[in-house]
Amino acid sequence: MKFVDEFRDAELGRVLANEILATVEPGRHYKVMEVCGGHTHTIYKYGVDDLLPANVELVHGPGCPVCVIPMGRVDDGIAVAHRAGVIFTCFGDMMRVPGGAGTLLDAKAEGADVRMVYSPLDALRIARENPEREVIFFAVGFETTAPSTALTLMRAKAERVPNFFVFCNHVTIVPPLRALLESPDLRLDGFIGPGHVSTVVGARPFEFIPADYGKPVVISGFEPLDLLQSVHMVLRQLADGRCEVENQYKRVVPYDGNPQALRVLAEVFELRPHFEWRGLGFISHSGLKLSAAYADFDAELRYEVPGVRVADPKACQCGEVLKGVIKPWECKVFGTACTPERPIGTCMVSSEGACAAYYNYGRFARERVVV
Amino acid sequence: MSEATALEKIERVRSKPLRFRDEQITMAHGAGGKATLGLIEGLLAPAFGIPELADAAAVGELAVTTDSFVVKPLRFPGGSIGELAVNGTVNDLAVAGARPLALTLALVLEEGLAAGELRAEVEAIARAAEAAEVEVVAGDTKVVERGHCDAMYVTTTGIGRIDPRARLSPASLRPGDRILVSGPVGAHGVAIMLARGEFELDAPVESDTRPLWSAVDALLGAAGDALRCVRDATRGGVASVLNELARASGVAAVVREAAVPVAPAVTGACEILGIDPMYVANEGTLVAFVAPEAADEALAALRSAPGCAEAAEIGEVKTEPPGMVLVETSFGGRRVMDLLVGDPLPRIC
Repeated sequence: MKFVDEFRDAELGRVLANEILATVEPGRHYKVMEVCGGHTHTIYKYGVDDLLPANVELVHGPGCPVCVIPMGRVDDGIAVAHRAGVIFTCFGDMMRVPGGAGTLLDAKAEGADVRMVYSPLDALRIARENPEREVIFFAVGFETTAPSTALTLMRAKAERVPNFFVFCNHVTIVPPLRALLESPDLRLDGFIGPGHVSTVVGARPFEFIPADYGKPVVISGFEPLDLLQSVHMVLRQLADGRCEVENQYKRVVPYDGNPQALRVLAEVFELRPHFEWRGLGFISHSGLKLSAAYADFDAELRYEVPGVRVADPKACQCGEVLKGVIKPWECKVFGTACTPERPIGTCMVSSEGACAAYYNYGRFARERVVV
Repeated sequence: MSEATALEKIERVRSKPLRFRDEQITMAHGAGGKATLGLIEGLLAPAFGIPELADAAAVGELAVTTDSFVVKPLRFPGGSIGELAVNGTVNDLAVAGARPLALTLALVLEEGLAAGELRAEVEAIARAAEAAEVEVVAGDTKVVERGHCDAMYVTTTGIGRIDPRARLSPASLRPGDRILVSGPVGAHGVAIMLARGEFELDAPVESDTRPLWSAVDALLGAAGDALRCVRDATRGGVASVLNELARASGVAAVVREAAVPVAPAVTGACEILGIDPMYVANEGTLVAFVAPEAADEALAALRSAPGCAEAAEIGEVKTEPPGMVLVETSFGGRRVMDLLVGDPLPRIC
């Protein structure tokens, strides 16, 4: 496939792998966090880390939208889905995320009309086709998916669709990264920055990472060669004693982002004072809700939800996994009580979740060279 | 705990027979992945005192099989529910090494179904039966109230005569055996997905529904008892077939990703939808395991069978790690290809 295969070229991969080998300081252990779940998925799907020396460790960060949804919000969604006459729509992965009592998939089997959609526009179409029903879209995701929810809401408003509502769980990427960097148990050498989020927000918002915390950041694309090159760029910065934001994904990411998308976000959403993250707790100014101009579409204003904070299961260590403090396999329940078919924690649900990616793809990796 | 200990623990848990502990049936039980296997290994097989619920089984010199079809929409590019109902069942016989002889047919019809739609499907069944050289010999019809089924469901039961050359069994897989597929993978599932019009996506993809006895016949002719085992890669795709066989026979299957034939339009659609064509359903593509010395001849014979010109060797059976399927990625890495979890696409056949 054109414009894709070029970035999966095994020969070029070997060239980059050799350059990485030459850049690594013998005996030094490197921990580089890829923030985005999409990167985690690529790394495991293509076996990218098989091409890295063993002392370059990739740590999986908090950028998987499904993984950071707290149980209480799932319960709220299920409560809305069970209301008579409602059609509840969400992305496929969300259906399997466990709340305090079951998943949306269970709610569907119990009779709730829960439908999987690939885009919020599909949810709006369902609302238009079913004027007698109320259609709710369970919106999740970072600045990557928030613009598509925003555009859908603008269209719903323009077309005056009265039976379409959004249960908004959109979050922003910078506050959790700052929370992570403030965490005392963290030891990272650098970051692979989130490519998709950056197409919207640009590379500039990540400048605080080198400026305030002295860590290099490289914004990366999602193909295996992108990731190898980005790892090389981070290691290069460390070797040169540099520390800055670099943009490997220039073919898609403008340094200042997409001003039109940012305008749309500013019109449709506003920051919540705080929002709960799975395993990370409440983080200030990290979540979005619908702005006053779109209040008529806000499912949280339309419906009573339990709104109860549900504590994570005791055995679950998603928080530590999301912070990169432990590896998936170091979690007490990993692969035994918590599996993709019966997940306890969110990281085991989405294919972008660190635990599911490792469980599904990562076992039986090749032996790696130690430099 | 070291990574190795953690992995050992996982393998211990994985190798236990799956249990059926769910409180209710969800769509995942129909997806052909782990939940389906749990339903079979945990409820059905133990209830009937059989080791597995095979697609087809031998009764003396005959093989018998049964299958229900609930695909939505009824008609899609490359086929329809009637054609699937014939091909699906004759293929279950074929991959058991049996030449299909006859079918019975049961129709569950929804009140209000247009007679024209029913007639078209009955004619499709007749045409497909003729093409597959089987007779429809008996049947049954039922009608349920509007809303109690979706237009029509079709069940076919097939009998076939086991070919004397066939010595097919998952237990016969040996390290070194070659893995063949009879054509490009993932076409049926993608065709259905696009035909539903749920995504604003259009691509020229047709279902691969076709009868496979001539392909099995060609393989048996070329390889004889060096043909170890054949499976029809329907729901859950090639990945699920490989996993079931690796699990059942305690060997590993190693697939070379770059060798798997996939039509460009299927690759493109899968890329956009974020799914792996190896997990997408086929309705006329088989996976064959052949002893290494007969592999080249078997592949050549397979390629001469109708619809199998793009057959390919995609991998090899290995000893380690037992019960697992590994993929050598075209990028030079390696990953596990596990049983499917969840339900990417309900009512595919």
